[in-house]
Amino acid sequence: MATFRVNGFEQNLDIEPEMPLLWALRDELGMTGTKFGCGIASCGACTVHVNGRAVRSCTTPVSAVEGQDITTIEGLASMAAGANASAPSLTAVQQAWIDHQVPQCGYCQSGMIMAASALLASNPNPSDAEIDSSITNVCRCGSYPRVRKAIRSLATA
Amino acid sequence: MKKISRRRFILTTALVGGGVLIGYSATRPSRHRLANTELAQSGEHYVTSFLKIEADNTVTIYVPHSEMGQGVHTSLSMMAADELDADWELVKIEQAPAIDLFANGDVIKGFASEFGVPSFLEGLVSVSAIKVAELMNMQITGGSSSVRFTGEFGMRTAGAAARQMLIECAATRWGVAADECTTQLSHVHHNASGRSLAYGELAADAALLEPPKDPVLKDPSQFTIMGKAISRVDIPAKVDGSAIYGLDAKPDGLLYAAIRFAPVFGTKLVSVDAGVVLNRRGIKRIVELEDSVAVVADSYWRAKEALKLVTTVFEASDNDSTSSADIYAGFERSLADENGSKVMEQGDTEAAMESAADVIEANYRVPYLAHAAMEPMNCTVHIHDDKVDVWTSTQDALGIKARVAKIAGIAEDDATFHHSYLGGGFGRRLPFNWNVIDHATLIAKEFDVPVKTVLSREDDMQQDYYRPAVASNFKAAFDAEGNVLAWHNRFTGPVQTPGASHIPYAIANQSIRVVDGDTHVPIAAWRSVDHSQQTFFTESFVDEIAHRAGKNPYQFRMELLQQHPRHRKVLEVAAEAAGYGQNLPEGRALGIAVQESFGSIVAEIAEVSIGDDNQAVVHKVTCAIDCGWAVNPDTVEAQVESGIIFGLTAAMYGEITIENGRVAQNNFPDYEMVRMATSPEIEVHIVESGEALGGLGEPATPPIAAAVTNAIYILTGQRVRELPIKNHDFSRVNPLAQV
Repeated sequence: MATFRVNGFEQNLDIEPEMPLLWALRDELGMTGTKFGCGIASCGACTVHVNGRAVRSCTTPVSAVEGQDITTIEGLASMAAGANASAPSLTAVQQAWIDHQVPQCGYCQSGMIMAASALLASNPNPSDAEIDSSITNVCRCGSYPRVRKAIRSLATA
Repeated sequence: MKKISRRRFILTTALVGGGVLIGYSATRPSRHRLANTELAQSGEHYVTSFLKIEADNTVTIYVPHSEMGQGVHTSLSMMAADELDADWELVKIEQAPAIDLFANGDVIKGFASEFGVPSFLEGLVSVSAIKVAELMNMQITGGSSSVRFTGEFGMRTAGAAARQMLIECAATRWGVAADECTTQLSHVHHNASGRSLAYGELAADAALLEPPKDPVLKDPSQFTIMGKAISRVDIPAKVDGSAIYGLDAKPDGLLYAAIRFAPVFGTKLVSVDAGVVLNRRGIKRIVELEDSVAVVADSYWRAKEALKLVTTVFEASDNDSTSSADIYAGFERSLADENGSKVMEQGDTEAAMESAADVIEANYRVPYLAHAAMEPMNCTVHIHDDKVDVWTSTQDALGIKARVAKIAGIAEDDATFHHSYLGGGFGRRLPFNWNVIDHATLIAKEFDVPVKTVLSREDDMQQDYYRPAVASNFKAAFDAEGNVLAWHNRFTGPVQTPGASHIPYAIANQSIRVVDGDTHVPIAAWRSVDHSQQTFFTESFVDEIAHRAGKNPYQFRMELLQQHPRHRKVLEVAAEAAGYGQNLPEGRALGIAVQESFGSIVAEIAEVSIGDDNQAVVHKVTCAIDCGWAVNPDTVEAQVESGIIFGLTAAMYGEITIENGRVAQNNFPDYEMVRMATSPEIEVHIVESGEALGGLGEPATPPIAAAVTNAIYILTGQRVRELPIKNHDFSRVNPLAQV
């Protein structure tokens, strides 16, 4: 039995301990916001937060997140809002993604937003070099210039 | 491009019964009536087959193209809504269902006027010999066609026709002349009497009218929605995880298939040893197909893990030892032995070469490329009760529906296509690139529950239909004064995009011919198709000619483009914005390239240096695009940024090689991508010439490779004639003294 919390809700799944978290989320829990891109932690489409840290779920077995707190794109805003019922339905990062019209096909953007959110939480004013080294996600549509603009717009100088 | 007469277009469409908008014939009810009979719910009325107006004054616009990030749902709706004079706040946008009522014959007509039937459709004509009328029944998204063909000839006309009908209804109700009425924000007004009616109050009447045959479109000065940077409607769902892609389909009872294809293209499965796999948790069945084997399970991961334990034998083939080196050697033989078939002949190139004071020659080459869309290829099929349901991300919904129905042995009318967003297309999801669709259907035939067949990234990369590897031999002849007299180009085929190898430069004698380039590797359209390699070739060799003639590459191009003012304009705008000819930071150079493709003309200037690791670093790309005019300027910029980065990835890193008959690359680490750290600053300038709308999805991709390698030449004295750039060593730097 694998036990962990996803977006604040405890999940008990009768699955193999080596099943990657990505497939537990997608196929077992039906949460499809987290995407499959490469399966080898290269592209970042599957990025989720484990205890607030950006993690590539396609190579993270559920046994490695036993008892831990997982946040996915679907729960990003509600987890940030916590008990604050009047909090906006999107986080500042998600709103910046709309304001800067970042996504194109959008497939990589769940992972991109999760990576950017984790970066800004730990480093509110990242340099370009820090953005480059933290956001290593692949976007085939080439949204990179807009990702950079959106992150910069959120930086607290 | 030949001018399309809107009136003739409408009539022609009506004749073949494939009218998108207002088509009708003696034997068929008009399409909007059909829509009203078959689709409208109580209180709803289709005014044209793209537009539905409800009693509450809501306008729903049905977009017949796939949304893969190019913003087409928004742009096409803007075009219809503007002509309709709709209140944008009251506009809802929906994907048109995959039924032929919403097919976009405009795409076919547009291509036909440009250069005949597009290559990705030719097979349909020759293979199944279907009639043009049936060819029209398509919802294809490709060839950078949506806005310039469906939008310009379908959506705008639909909106204008609907507006005219609503005015007619209001005028009749009020007993006034139609030309006394005006429209604004989804209302018809009669200013003389101060009366007004909402469109929703008129829709029921309008639905009874035959649409006008030749509605009058707005002058650009009358636009209220087009030309504005309106936020894309698909973006909110793409920031909270709610956007559904093909891979996200989850019908009840879903099973998952992992598949192993024959690694050497075109070979068959001989035997399978599935051993104890069937005893593993969740495994349902092993399905053996002609060229592959699939494991079907209750989870994709379980299927994929089990497949690793299955051993397979595939038949031997003549290609088992074929490598990229063999393929290139074959290209060299073709280029040496064949005169090829004519692509373009002008003047007498042979004579010019013989009498020339000087001739230069160069051989260029590009490798195969995979599409590598972020969403790996997948397809879900449910065959049940003599019906079939299909879920997949596709650039061709109607075609896929027909294909699946045919393989499933079920009538097309009993097939239902479930739309989703596409996690990238780039040509991979066009017709004929059907391996995933076919296999998913064959696997699903073994079950009465839905089965989702998913390619791993490795499968996706190794079972693609590739941008072809191409080799090209160039010669140029000069007179004693250094003027270029002749241009000779022999390249390996096939030609997928007629005109891509043509040059706009005023060179009197030109001989462009194509020789055989067929191999066992499957090929298809890849973003910008033949322009992706041809522009690298031609814009590099033009640069070689300029340097050989001792001329500045920008000035040289401008001089030979006297007959092409639009090319000159984008070059001029890009050069000025990039600071061309001014002092650059130490160690940097600007490379330049220009290309017309899919109706748009794009100049790109790359600012490049050589890094500490002796690799090229692209700092900035300045781009000027003349796409006629911009329906949504922000979407134009986004598509240009996207096209440049897609082309830059190919130029810098892109290389699919063949070893032992099969693709050697597996996943992103060995098919590397531009990422944040290697993505240049991009500056986009839109040049509004007011000419016919050009495409946007592809035209920014072709020039970037040559722009970068032309800069590398200035920096190092080394001419990059083979891509990707990563394979070259720039440690022996011998920069040009001046350019």
